[in-house]
Amino acid sequence: MMMAGGTLDLATQLRRAERRRKQRAVALTLPLLAFLVVFFLVPLASLLVRAVENPEVADALPRTGQALADWDRQSPPDAAAYAAVIADLSAIEETAQAGVLARRLNSEVPGARSLVMGTYRALQAEDTDFKDLRSEQARTRLIELDARWEELPYWQAIAQNSSRWTPDYLLAAVDLKRTPQGDIVKVPADEAAFADILGRTFQMSAVVTFFCLLLAYPLAYWLSTLPERKANVLLILVLLPFWTSVLVRIAAWIVLLQNNGLVNRFFMWIGLTDAPIPLLFNRVGVIIAMVHILLPFAILPLYSVMKSVPPNYLRAAISLGSAPFAAFARVYLPQTYPGVAAGGLLVFITSIGYYVTPALLGGAGDQMLSYYVAQYTNVEVNWGMACALGGVLLTATLVLYALYRKVAKAELSLG
Amino acid sequence: MVEYNGEQARIKAMVETKKVTWDVVEVESPDLSRGCDEGLFEKIDWAKVGNKADFQKAAVHECGVGTFVWSTVMAYNGDKLKTAPTTWADFWDTKKFPGKRGMRKGARYNLEFALMADGVKPADVYKVLATKDGAERAFKKMTELKPNIQWWEAGAQPPQFLVAGDVAMTTAYNGRIDAAQREGKNLQITWTGGIYDLDYWVMPKGTPNKDAALKFIALASSPDAQAEYAKNISYGPTNTKALAKLDAKVLAQLPTSPANSKDALQFNVGFWADQGEALEKRFSAWAAQ
Repeated sequence: MMMAGGTLDLATQLRRAERRRKQRAVALTLPLLAFLVVFFLVPLASLLVRAVENPEVADALPRTGQALADWDRQSPPDAAAYAAVIADLSAIEETAQAGVLARRLNSEVPGARSLVMGTYRALQAEDTDFKDLRSEQARTRLIELDARWEELPYWQAIAQNSSRWTPDYLLAAVDLKRTPQGDIVKVPADEAAFADILGRTFQMSAVVTFFCLLLAYPLAYWLSTLPERKANVLLILVLLPFWTSVLVRIAAWIVLLQNNGLVNRFFMWIGLTDAPIPLLFNRVGVIIAMVHILLPFAILPLYSVMKSVPPNYLRAAISLGSAPFAAFARVYLPQTYPGVAAGGLLVFITSIGYYVTPALLGGAGDQMLSYYVAQYTNVEVNWGMACALGGVLLTATLVLYALYRKVAKAELSLG
Repeated sequence: MVEYNGEQARIKAMVETKKVTWDVVEVESPDLSRGCDEGLFEKIDWAKVGNKADFQKAAVHECGVGTFVWSTVMAYNGDKLKTAPTTWADFWDTKKFPGKRGMRKGARYNLEFALMADGVKPADVYKVLATKDGAERAFKKMTELKPNIQWWEAGAQPPQFLVAGDVAMTTAYNGRIDAAQREGKNLQITWTGGIYDLDYWVMPKGTPNKDAALKFIALASSPDAQAEYAKNISYGPTNTKALAKLDAKVLAQLPTSPANSKDALQFNVGFWADQGEALEKRFSAWAAQ
């Protein structure tokens, strides 16, 4: 009895102690969790919500949306829909709301901006009480104001966007669209841009990652064989550019790579080429600069892994009769895989989000996806589209990371 | 003073969060019309600015006051080209004028230039570009030149390209070429088929210093201030009274001078407000091919 009771006591005590320890641990991570939620998860969620949110038409044209609810989207719309447009547009008090509506419809059907703003201004300028206008009269009036009200695409855009949520931005981000009848189809080839751009983003990142690893591997190996003090001095040389502003480094590359820059003059001096090789404002320049900027991200993980590989193994392999190269490939290389994987992943994930380097050093065909996110945010002010592109980039990255985890099966995380 | 590079999103964010820290912004015409439609700018009290009749017609807007007239033109290095290119067809002719061509990254202006190079008269450019076939034609013409195009992003780049000899000809903002000429560079402008447009002073909606902002705009739009400005960089005054204060040498360099504007095209804001997003997207698709 005594024995059993004592054991029970001890077990309970142990459990309690364990629980307390866990609680303390959780409490310690709370600030970090709060930080993550506020500064990472909430903005991310709101970004994803913006990619499917579609309030503009529903807010500005509620009656029209209702009038078009049962429309087959092929025949000319009912006269009642015309009356609803007049009623809705006349009810808009702030020009700003009409402007927002005009922008939303215009990104669906080019021309809708002038159609909506022109009609809105004309209706505001008139004093007629449109409530008494009969549907047929409304139709005549609207077509009189702008003959484009007879064209179906504008009506289809209104009907399609009168719900508050839309898959259209996300579809557009992968070069798909909905037909007025609701089928999902590919966009015509001369408008399809984003699939190519996404592919280009990943392809350029892969090339950058490859060259980073290729250059970083021997360098990191050499550093790892040096005595501590020398290695530290050289590591500072690796880190020094890392601490310099990216813009400064890009400007330096422009100076070096231009047609009469140092690199081309050297090539011409040694007789490699007669005319300057175009190294700037094309893919080559972007890749060179990105490899340079991201190189430390590959060197540092490789170096830290290589430091922990005992040199004895390699020596043992050679003394047991292996050829030096085989010893390297079969004994040393496998032990550095975690470093290769960590460095490669770090470089790859950093480079798919690259914006400023391609923008300044690349041509029109070398821009990566984030350039278009910026374009839609700043220039077109189409934030739904910007968020959808951001969402696609995020998803593609996560899928790739998950695949990598599955293939590599390594206990490796980004932390 | 802060730099503004057409990020209307920043003005939109300021107005929407009601934390307006910019009192006066100089914007390009598409930003003006779009921002005015969407309620981002204060209305201009013209009585406090000056006499509307003194200004060019295009400079008078409900939300903005024309700052100056500028033009996107063809430019070349007079030291390097023996014969001067005179038309956009010359710009496209890489046999007669070998070398790269600088063009602004994007659809705007370039599609107009392409149509003019293809033989469309300046007066018909926007009529043609508005049709499906016309847009097709413009992109087809762009494809012809594509292997020879070196894209620029910032206005300072084209004169650098020309001086460095990276390109034989380039599109450029006329004031940037003027600035390079003042530094002694032999850069030349071909005015035929240039596209001119206005920049505007606007006040973001809800600025706490509205009165002071309007006073500044009035001062900057006065004949004296505009004449002084034009003497320093060759952008044309919007206040016609400023023209009388300029000598013939300065006048000859302005986009507004009769000789320079004779065969020029006025930028069509309405067209780009409607078609801009679709054409820019198509441009991205085209650039990727």
